[in-house]
Amino acid sequence: MSEPAPPVLEKQRVRQVNLMSFVEQAVQVAEIAETLQVAETLQAVEALQVAETAETVQVAEIADATEIAKAAETVVSAKLHTENLDLFYGNFQALHKVNLAIPPLSITAFIGPSGCGKTTLLKTFNRMNDLVEGCRIEGDVLLDGDEIYGNMDVNHLRKRVGMVFQKPNPFPMSVYDNIAFGPRTHGIRRKGDLDEIVERSLRDAALFDELKDRLRHNALGLSGGQQQRLCIARALAAGPEVLLMDEPTSALDPASTAHIEELAIKLAERYTIVIVTHNMQQAARISDRTAFFLLGEIVECDTTAKIFSKPGDSRTEDYIRGRFG
Amino acid sequence: MQKSAGALRERLAFIAFATAATLCVVAVLLICAFLLINGLPTLLREGPFAFIGNTTWQPATDTYGIFSMVVGSLYVTAGALVLGVPLGLLTAIYLSRFAKARTKRLLQPAVELLAGIPSVVYGFFGLVVIVPLIRQLFKVQGMGILAASIVLGIMILPTIIAVSKAALDAVPSSYYEGALALGASHERCVFSIIVPAALSGVVASVILGVGRAIGETMAVVMVVGNQVRMPVGIFEGVRTMTANIVLEMGYAADLHRQALIATALVLLIFILVINLLFSLLRKKARG
Ligand SMILES: Nc1ncnc2c1ncn2[C@@H]1O[C@H](COP(=O)(O)OP(=O)(O)OP(=O)(O)O)[C@@H](O)[C@H]1O
Ligand SMILES: [Mg+2]
Repeated sequence: MSEPAPPVLEKQRVRQVNLMSFVEQAVQVAEIAETLQVAETLQAVEALQVAETAETVQVAEIADATEIAKAAETVVSAKLHTENLDLFYGNFQALHKVNLAIPPLSITAFIGPSGCGKTTLLKTFNRMNDLVEGCRIEGDVLLDGDEIYGNMDVNHLRKRVGMVFQKPNPFPMSVYDNIAFGPRTHGIRRKGDLDEIVERSLRDAALFDELKDRLRHNALGLSGGQQQRLCIARALAAGPEVLLMDEPTSALDPASTAHIEELAIKLAERYTIVIVTHNMQQAARISDRTAFFLLGEIVECDTTAKIFSKPGDSRTEDYIRGRFG
Repeated sequence: MQKSAGALRERLAFIAFATAATLCVVAVLLICAFLLINGLPTLLREGPFAFIGNTTWQPATDTYGIFSMVVGSLYVTAGALVLGVPLGLLTAIYLSRFAKARTKRLLQPAVELLAGIPSVVYGFFGLVVIVPLIRQLFKVQGMGILAASIVLGIMILPTIIAVSKAALDAVPSSYYEGALALGASHERCVFSIIVPAALSGVVASVILGVGRAIGETMAVVMVVGNQVRMPVGIFEGVRTMTANIVLEMGYAADLHRQALIATALVLLIFILVINLLFSLLRKKARG
């Protein structure tokens, strides 16, 4: 093509070239598209696989989570909770790996033969064991999920976890001053406030009508049953969340005992109650859950109905049927 | 045979104990009788109220009124209580409820030793330590009510500490635990529950301390100044009933001697009243 092409031909050629490049481009695009598609399919397959695995995982995880949640719930909702609690008096181990969850607003009874550690466990809940020289604790004791033996203020702990002792121990002062001692300790000074707390606590302990004219009398002049209810009123006046009772009726006559049992049932609407008792009928009558202790271990802890009808351990059954203890 | 030997032994033991007890009672009665027989005539002649209420004591003119010395005794005793009771009570509380076993082992014998020191040694201590100290600090002569009160305050410490501590130790631990379980601190348990519960014992210790302080002679004579006059200030000297007796008995005769014995009689009556209070309180504490 040494001579210039006529203009028409030239135009055609240009168009052809253009067309060709267009086709080429199209092919390229198609090629790219193909590769892409393959890749995408692959991806989709992979994605599917991933998704499948994910699902399995998820299912498994959900199952796990439910269990964990369940366990967590018992712990979180438990008012008091011990985990692998060991307690030593010097070299003597009084509690062995105690695991126990005490639900709120219920009555839990501790039963078991003498010397098996009921009082000891009770006293770990308000750290009265601190008074015993050489008493040492391993494991966890939790109140509302907080370590009782952590950096909790002991006096505040004891305000939250009240205690009624086996032997009624009113202070040698007036009925009024006995009950006002707790609130005064925790900074309530106004006469009006104290009056109100004293009356409310006495009413809660079903004692107000009996004693309303004797508030200024010495508490040591009351009967044993009245003294014990006064001690309950005194504990309530401090504003506790938990009430620990160590054989509160063992020194009382049947009428006073019945009185205090009624009281405990009523109080469980507002307080978490833990009661130690040697009286099987008492445990059966008033408690929601029962823990059976033997030689520093909790053999089992379950609903009172179950413990007294079909206990899981033969030793529990033996004890309840009175075969030892 | 064996039984009758035992019975005989019992019988002998009984006789021995009974004799000893009788002798004690007889001794007390003899002392009282002696004081009454020798002191009563003066007391009656002067008139008991004049004798106790009159402030003039002038053996030279046979004028015998011991009021200033009664007041002197009371001042010095009160001063001893003001110093000794808080110190003793706090020590007793510390020993009973705060001290660690080791501290207690050191402190307890020290307190007991305090009780065993002869009163003349206390007097001497007052003379060479307390009086010069007062003299320097307050620019006064030094012998007087304050010096005697300090010495007596130290002397009644063992009584107050021992009796108060026994009362504090006897407070049932159930009170303490009950208070602690309500969220009270150790300090609050001690001061709001244990000390009030031991109050009658604490008051008893104070009464015994009063008896000891009012009857103390030797240590007081050495530091109190012994001027016969109504008290004019805590730095000034007075004379106590006991000091009066011991200072003048050596040379007194006749009426003078009888007046001194009558002074002892008044002192004895004070002590009897104090002991009566003490036993009443003990009875009340036992319920
Ligand atoms: N302060 C202490 N020092 C040493 N050992 C103790 C102390 N308190 C209790 N123990 C021992 O710990 C064990 C558990 O005693 P704990 O008082 O808890 O028994 P319990 O179940 O309450 O008996 P009970 O029914 O007779 O009240 C017993 O063997 C007891 O001897
Ligand atoms: Mg017990």
